[in-house]
Amino acid sequence: MKLTELKKGQKAIIKKIDANPELKQRLFSLGVVKGAEVEVVDCSLGKSTIEIKVGNSLIALRENEANLIEVE
Amino acid sequence: MQEENFKRGRGLGRGLGKGLRVGPRDGRGRENREKREAGLKPIKVVLAGQPNVGKSMLVNALSKTHKGKVGNYSGVTVDILEVCFTHHCHKIELIDLPGTYSLDAFSQEEKVAKEFLENEDYDVIVNVVDATNLQRNLLLTLELLELNKKMILALNMADEAREDGIEIDTKQLEKILGIPVVLISAKNNEGIEELLNKIHEMAESPTRPHSKIIYSDAVEEEIEKIEKFLDERGFKYKDWTNREVAIALLFKNEKVYKELHDNPIMIELYPLIQESLEHIYTHHETKDIKEIKAAEHAAIARGIVLEVVRSKEMPKSLTLTQKIDAILLNKYLGIPIFLFFMWALFQLTFKFGNIPMEYIDSAISAFGDFVGSYIKNDDLRSLVVDGIIGGVGAVLLFLPNIVILYLGIALLETTGYMSRVAFLLDGFFHKFGLHGKSFIPLVTGFGCSVPAYMAARTLKSKKDRLITLFIIGFMSCGARLPIYVLFTGAFFSQAAAGNILFLIYLSGALIGLIMAKLLRVLVFKGEDDPFVMEMPKYRLPSLKLIWHTVYSNAREYLKKAGTFILAAAILVWFASNYPKSEELHQEFIKQSQNISSKEQKIELENQYNQKQLEQSYLGQIGKATEPFFAPLGFDWKLSVALEAGLAAKEVVVSTLGVLYNIGESDESSDTLKEILRKNISFATAVSFIVFVMLYLPCFAASAVFTKEAGGVKYLVYLVIFTTSVAWIFSFIAYRIAQYFT
Repeated sequence: MKLTELKKGQKAIIKKIDANPELKQRLFSLGVVKGAEVEVVDCSLGKSTIEIKVGNSLIALRENEANLIEVE
Repeated sequence: MQEENFKRGRGLGRGLGKGLRVGPRDGRGRENREKREAGLKPIKVVLAGQPNVGKSMLVNALSKTHKGKVGNYSGVTVDILEVCFTHHCHKIELIDLPGTYSLDAFSQEEKVAKEFLENEDYDVIVNVVDATNLQRNLLLTLELLELNKKMILALNMADEAREDGIEIDTKQLEKILGIPVVLISAKNNEGIEELLNKIHEMAESPTRPHSKIIYSDAVEEEIEKIEKFLDERGFKYKDWTNREVAIALLFKNEKVYKELHDNPIMIELYPLIQESLEHIYTHHETKDIKEIKAAEHAAIARGIVLEVVRSKEMPKSLTLTQKIDAILLNKYLGIPIFLFFMWALFQLTFKFGNIPMEYIDSAISAFGDFVGSYIKNDDLRSLVVDGIIGGVGAVLLFLPNIVILYLGIALLETTGYMSRVAFLLDGFFHKFGLHGKSFIPLVTGFGCSVPAYMAARTLKSKKDRLITLFIIGFMSCGARLPIYVLFTGAFFSQAAAGNILFLIYLSGALIGLIMAKLLRVLVFKGEDDPFVMEMPKYRLPSLKLIWHTVYSNAREYLKKAGTFILAAAILVWFASNYPKSEELHQEFIKQSQNISSKEQKIELENQYNQKQLEQSYLGQIGKATEPFFAPLGFDWKLSVALEAGLAAKEVVVSTLGVLYNIGESDESSDTLKEILRKNISFATAVSFIVFVMLYLPCFAASAVFTKEAGGVKYLVYLVIFTTSVAWIFSFIAYRIAQYFT
């Protein structure tokens, strides 16, 4: 399941990140890694941007990027 | 310096203040000389950390000066900042690196930080981390440890951690990491003395503590193999242990490979490393060593936090942040709330700013009259009163407005709301081919284009950055505010002026967005930059920091008024007064002898002054460019004012002051507003406002733009781009306004 499929308030574990190396690196450095727990905190109008919580960090992602993250 | 001084909180500031010397880059030559004279070598300390961990705050606490702006979004300190001060008779040189999430050179700032850490010469790294978000911050710490330099971990925001019920076992953390750990709160000056002492100890110690990090079994096995191989051959690289070399080799540290490239031992090493890597690849089910490193680090950080941190389920500050976000990021309310904040800011700027303005205005003209009465020489009096006091005074008038505007922007920055706005607007911005993060440089552009151009560095992709750079000028900077205040005040009612001002800023921003879309579609085609951004926790703005930001900006503005604008005012005065036509003067004297009534005399004098002005240097320039501006309704005076504005936008007002004040000679001196109202039509005023809104930023900003965009050719594009946009929109505005009046 993709991260974008999660509803507001839902939690999941990251399974796979299918991004280009640069983006992957950025996600890693923010704590978005395989095995980490994510929670969708908020999304903007039309779900174009979503806010997730990983550990104690709040991170904003665009739909395109969130689609690259697989969770379960 | 006395030891006791440091024990007391406030004594620290006093004690440090004495020996304090602040010197960004240029202070280095002096620093070195003093070092030689005193026979002391300064301790060079590098502050490294992720964004929003309070690094700049720590710089303030350590040096007690307010160098370096502190903000609550990633990447406020774009340049490397240096501060020097004395502690225990030792000079300490502090280098504040831009905040970086990792050392992987994702953005330009990270490149700056990485290159500095790897290649520059320094004594100690102080890794500042947010104690309330240790796990993620440790990811950078682990990367820093692999640099194998002397390092101290400063757990900042100890006060917040306590409030959140987070307890950190620093002793245990020291054991795991192998480096000293200090719990501090830069905000409350807590633990600062201990940190300084640790820095001393570390700098003076002949040996470097070695990282005690343990990787996963699979990786450890391979590290041991390579370490053993190196030991057997008596290999030595710098002050590194062979374990450290082995880790660097396994994680493909480019710098180490480069330096060992010609070492014969590599012939034997290569197959060994290859074999080890294959093992690691199989274990991790990927061949991407960076991903493997990230996974290893993430696991280590998780392990460390489990071991040393005791906390409640959910930190209080984070819960609060999420509660506030629920309102401010609300799907439907978020954007209206944001627009309301912006609208309120402009209302405040205008309404409150106007109160002291009147006092300043009358004080300046009284001062001018007072000074003028002491100067006998006509030319000199004209220079001092009309040129200098008139020109600079016109600019000083707007200080209150500027202060309020900067106050607003500083509040946005320090509370963490700025990142929320980026989140809210990204969807919208994206449609215009911009990045949500472009919002930060664009809003900064409302203050001043110079830092705005620099803030655009936070954008990773060159295309995003260039588009943003090109439209920053459309966000009216603080220096254009005086022009707007003057014109809206002159041509609109007092009640409407605030709204008109808001409208001006808004339409500038809208035109900017449309232009961004055009640029994206026509010029900068291609893939979008990913949008991944941290949303920092909401923090109450520190008064100290707000004060500092506002104060330093106001000082900067005054400094500009005292130097650049003063020079420009004198230049404009000179160009508008010379050459003096003797012919006109003779004619004037002849004519004035035949006139007795006072009114006629004034009339004649005005005509004379007007004629003199027309044939002056300034008049000649204005006349030459008049045809270009004529379709927009500008006469040569307005043309000249716009051209003078290329030096600095504030000069537009002072030029108008010089150009129009010349006509008045009686005691009831009209204010510039009234003179403008008499001389300029409404349509022309609208057209002028639009032109000012859109044309080329000032000289200083253009210089920074050229540097940030990466070449003079971009400046040429910018000149053509902004001038044509300004001209076209002014033309349209002029015609529309004419139609309605």
